[in-house]
Amino acid sequence: MSAAQVDVLLVALVVAAACAIPGAFLILRGMAMMSDAISHTVLLGIVLAFFIVADLNSPILILGAALVGLLTVALVEAVSRTGLVREDTAIGLVFPALFSIAVILISSLAGNVHLDSDAVLLGEIAFAPFNRFAPGGVDLGPIALWVMGAILIVNLSCTALFFKELKLTTFDPALAAALGFSPALVHYGLMGVVSVTAVGAFDAVGSILVVALMIGPPATARLLTDRLPHMLGLGVLIGAAAAAGGYWLARLLDANIAGSMATVVGIAFVLVLLLAPHRGLVATARRQRRQRWTFARQMLLIHLATHEGTPSEADESRPDHMQRHMRWPAAFANRVVQTATERDLITLENDQLRLTPQGRVEARTAALR
Amino acid sequence: MRLRTSATLAIEATDLTLAYQQRPVLWDVDLEVPQGVLMAIVGPNGAGKTTLLRAVLGLLKPAAGEVRVFGRPYAEQRRLVAYVPQRGSVDWDFPTTALDIVTMGTYGGLGWVRRPGVSERSRATAALAQVGMQDYADRQISQLSGGQQQRVFLARALVQDAQIYLMDEPFQGVDATTERAIVDLLRTLRADGKTVVAVHHDLQTVVDYFDQVTLLNVRRIDAGSVEDVFTDENLRLTYGGRVAGIGGRGNGRASDLSA
Repeated sequence: MSAAQVDVLLVALVVAAACAIPGAFLILRGMAMMSDAISHTVLLGIVLAFFIVADLNSPILILGAALVGLLTVALVEAVSRTGLVREDTAIGLVFPALFSIAVILISSLAGNVHLDSDAVLLGEIAFAPFNRFAPGGVDLGPIALWVMGAILIVNLSCTALFFKELKLTTFDPALAAALGFSPALVHYGLMGVVSVTAVGAFDAVGSILVVALMIGPPATARLLTDRLPHMLGLGVLIGAAAAAGGYWLARLLDANIAGSMATVVGIAFVLVLLLAPHRGLVATARRQRRQRWTFARQMLLIHLATHEGTPSEADESRPDHMQRHMRWPAAFANRVVQTATERDLITLENDQLRLTPQGRVEARTAALR
Repeated sequence: MRLRTSATLAIEATDLTLAYQQRPVLWDVDLEVPQGVLMAIVGPNGAGKTTLLRAVLGLLKPAAGEVRVFGRPYAEQRRLVAYVPQRGSVDWDFPTTALDIVTMGTYGGLGWVRRPGVSERSRATAALAQVGMQDYADRQISQLSGGQQQRVFLARALVQDAQIYLMDEPFQGVDATTERAIVDLLRTLRADGKTVVAVHHDLQTVVDYFDQVTLLNVRRIDAGSVEDVFTDENLRLTYGGRVAGIGGRGNGRASDLSA
């Protein structure tokens, strides 16, 4: 790998890790689409701040973006609080409005500046290595790596410091308020973090793919664990793995890096959705299948136990009676009888099914439950 | 600052008025809760019961009126009040354990940034045991039954070690075992001199479970001891004449009729 390639990969890893952390809380708060809104409207903040400082590398741009991110949240809340439209509708109203103002401003006033809408939507991480951080002529690596590294550290330390507050206000904001924590403060703090992360990240991956990196990895992690700290950690790992995998895929296909990263995020989610140990679709289907057989076997045992020693026993214990009584198809009934026989729960003699002592015990325990 | 508990009334709300978009939800309501009682707040849907609790907790800002907890504003007395919200008000799919939820009750004492440690967790474990849930400490909360979730919420309030417990429909959708456990718990709290105010829906059990009642329907209809206040006449006033004899005192207990 060339030095430039290593730089790109490093930036991708840091972006993915930084996005996954606030993304986990967005998911748990049912606000995933807010990441979409914020990652677009921050552009307006950048444009407005750019008009003030006239420097595309000024940190003021990030501040402006964060403020407009918070403005987005406030406007969405104001619109949905009218009670006339729902929150998702409010998001759909507010963010295109703010974003389109930004697009108009760029196209009409900043036409000769390097700030074009394509780069905003799709980003270009491949250019990251060319923009170096070199104070006093000493090359310290790409600026994007420094910016995103700083954002990652901010996200990590905010989460570590306010983990308890984030958890409480996410799970039960009413209790949080009653205990004297301000859910609104935590909310806007989180939204500030999302905004800053979105600004840093969209330079690299564009505003649409920021959403993929914020939502995909933690959503995937959630399928694998029931513990919030694990969800955060796994989200970072999955995000980083998808970033690395996406970079590799992009080189293989000679395709856009950010697009490939988002694709790998999607593939990872689908794989986990199918194959997750407990919650995955395959595991669920298997469990249901197993339960169906267990249930059928128990039905058979309980049926035999009920009629054991009664006058109708001879009639009730014929294998073909099961097909009528339980309305089982012949193949299914045969298979149930066969597995029960293999497990020494019943015997089949002279067209009569009989419980073994072990089968009697199992019938009793099954009936008790 | 010393927290005062010496005043006679645990909670005193006067002239409380609250509106959602100009529609009054509470209209000039007084709430007086003496210390050491179990009080039910009873009224039809939309009567403002939950709103009243949330106003006492400072979660909603009243248009008029004020709330005092042992004679002082709630904000100064937070540590004396524990809150059990409706079980359905939170998302039980949240990725955490029963013990962790109970530990949240200690957060108020910790304040910002400080994290719960060994002592907080052991207090939470003890509270779980108090509601008979010690075996479920590490259980993912979505795997608990409704009754078990309710008991986790109660344990979370117990760990706050408060003087006043505000509960929003603690008996909502719980099994008989849990209902029994909650009643026992309420009585233990009363025996320890604590005060409980609970929004309650089951008119049949008001007399058995509570000693004070506030009848509410946007306005306060009446309040006082169950013997004096929980009458058929008052219930008719509260429920707008739509229910007759639901177990109120007065012309006997006609508990075969229900709402």
